[in-house]
Amino acid sequence: MKLHEHQAKTIFAEYGIPIPNGKVASTPAEAAEAISSFGGRGVVKAQVHAGGRGLAGGVKVVGSAEEGREFTDGLLGSRLVTHQTDASGVPVDTVLVEELADIASEMYVALTMDRNHRGPVLIASAAGGMSIEEVAATNPDAIITEAVEPTLGLMPFQCRRVAARLGMSGATARQGADILSRLYRIFTENDCSLVEVNPLIVTGEGEVVALDAKMDVEDDALFRHSNLHALRDRSQEDQLEARAADDDIAYVSLDGSVGCLVNGAGLAMATLDVANAAGAAPANFLDVGGGATEEKVATAVGIILSDPKVSQVLVNIFGGILRCDVAARGIVMAYEEHRATQPMVVRMLGTNLEEGKEILAHSGLDVTFTDTLTEAAAALSARAGAQG
Amino acid sequence: MGILLDEQSRILVQGITGREGSFHARACKAYGTQVVAGVTPGRGGQLFDDAVPVFDSVGDAVDATRANVALIFVPPPFAADAIAESVDAGVPLIACITEGIPVQDMVGVYRYVKASGVRLIGPNCPGMINPGARCKVGIMPGNIHMPGRVGVVSRSGTLTYEAVGQLTDLGIGQSSCVGIGGDPIIGSSFVDILNLYNDDPNTDMVVFIGEIGGTMEQEAAEYIGSSEFTKPICSLIVGATAPSGKRMGHAGAIITGESATAESKTRALEAAGAVIIPTPADIGVTAQQTLRGAGLL
Repeated sequence: MKLHEHQAKTIFAEYGIPIPNGKVASTPAEAAEAISSFGGRGVVKAQVHAGGRGLAGGVKVVGSAEEGREFTDGLLGSRLVTHQTDASGVPVDTVLVEELADIASEMYVALTMDRNHRGPVLIASAAGGMSIEEVAATNPDAIITEAVEPTLGLMPFQCRRVAARLGMSGATARQGADILSRLYRIFTENDCSLVEVNPLIVTGEGEVVALDAKMDVEDDALFRHSNLHALRDRSQEDQLEARAADDDIAYVSLDGSVGCLVNGAGLAMATLDVANAAGAAPANFLDVGGGATEEKVATAVGIILSDPKVSQVLVNIFGGILRCDVAARGIVMAYEEHRATQPMVVRMLGTNLEEGKEILAHSGLDVTFTDTLTEAAAALSARAGAQG
Repeated sequence: MGILLDEQSRILVQGITGREGSFHARACKAYGTQVVAGVTPGRGGQLFDDAVPVFDSVGDAVDATRANVALIFVPPPFAADAIAESVDAGVPLIACITEGIPVQDMVGVYRYVKASGVRLIGPNCPGMINPGARCKVGIMPGNIHMPGRVGVVSRSGTLTYEAVGQLTDLGIGQSSCVGIGGDPIIGSSFVDILNLYNDDPNTDMVVFIGEIGGTMEQEAAEYIGSSEFTKPICSLIVGATAPSGKRMGHAGAIITGESATAESKTRALEAAGAVIIPTPADIGVTAQQTLRGAGLL
């Protein structure tokens, strides 16, 4: 689950990390008022779950309350398209208005889970303001990495070492090291998959301040963070993906026209690859899960059919725990509910196969049965060819 | 023979009284597996299905039944504790089926498992099976398997069944099948399992199925390309159509950079001398051709 910048900054402040004075505004008037309270100058930042806001026109330094009002008016209600979003972008419902900072230098710091280390790592770079991917591509030696031994936590000597390598000294270095250890506490105590500050700045007076804040909380750990649930902003998520997640269905929207219903993540990926190789681009990834009920299958098919791109459906069920008759009933239920007519290529194997086929065969729907993945690919290919 | 399991494997099921645990404990038993104990805290003294004694702790279960394999179906918030309890009780082989364990829980448990010299399969995996020994420790449908001499290793559940189904349809039996799990932090890597197949005299060839995310397949490629690994191997990487940055069902299946893509992994395996399976529909036929080519069929 992603948090907005202003939500992450509230948590930063609770952990004693300095952030600029700021106010959240959801109307142009509120933004103008905030700018006035900061002496007629400030920065207005669109609150969206995507990086690259600056380049996409979602952040602006303004020199008057009127300029703040105008910029906010243009942002609110619009959709921001950045290099991290799809072409339709994400909606801007609020902006964060902040006092201007006196920036002497900018740095990048982040904490994330490293798969090879099988634990947390601190990543830092003196090139703040740039994306870390850009630094990695252009100047990989500038990236500082500290692997954290989880039984010890991020140690003070590591924080001192990183602060020094970021070019801090004296009281600034002491404050920088202290901020790093606080960021680590935020990371572990909130089960984050990412805590990122870009930029972390040193002001003209040598003060270290988090100018930006990004927190991703691991979905699987949300059960022990009831205080974070309220921070979810569904408007920022793909609507079909969010609906699927509510029912514990793994769904990812893709660009093609073949809706895919599969049980198991690996088989679902494999099914997309088969469809694609057959010249029939998939409209989605969908893993309905092992122990799915009729209703859950119906919900999954309903999500597939809600996507206007879907012109045919590929069902690939390897029935072990999920019985074929249960899957078939769920499919028919969803088609009836959506009054859908898209043709289906169905490949099912396993428990109660004949009963499952029977249900689909008598449903009045356009169903092509295949026994193997090869035949399923051929059936898709034939149809894709026929549709031109 | 085969790897990990044999006729001497004695299974204890953690979470045996739960919905998933009871269903699969029954299926394992029906397949022929020796399910000797169940563990559910607070249910000690009961009998599961009038046959399998249930204990309050793994320690009690091991003492009473000499169980030597643990199979875990405990819900995610308690699964890390369940793994640690089996490690503590001295169980040498653990398969954790549970999906959705918080990563930070696994960070700690992974280190405890490694420091104790225990072998952990999973979490978020289908488990393992040795068809020749009629021993199934997991959730795979037993009936699709057939005893034989091809070892299967994969990150996934149903995709492993798909691979096994294609092999069995062509009359190609399996020495063992292992699903190592779809999470970012898992107990056993591809290299760990390939190493076991390499040393197993009853495995002639390996079918290896990887997916997008991480670099475990590249590490496997390095091992496969080394002089140490001596057996023919066919490999498939799924997720070629996955977009970058999106989690494809498995918590670990996410493209975070060039090395995590299917193309990069497939290239590494090809360079290491693995036979590349063209599409997921070709697992069986590619294995058959490779066995024939090596004079093994």
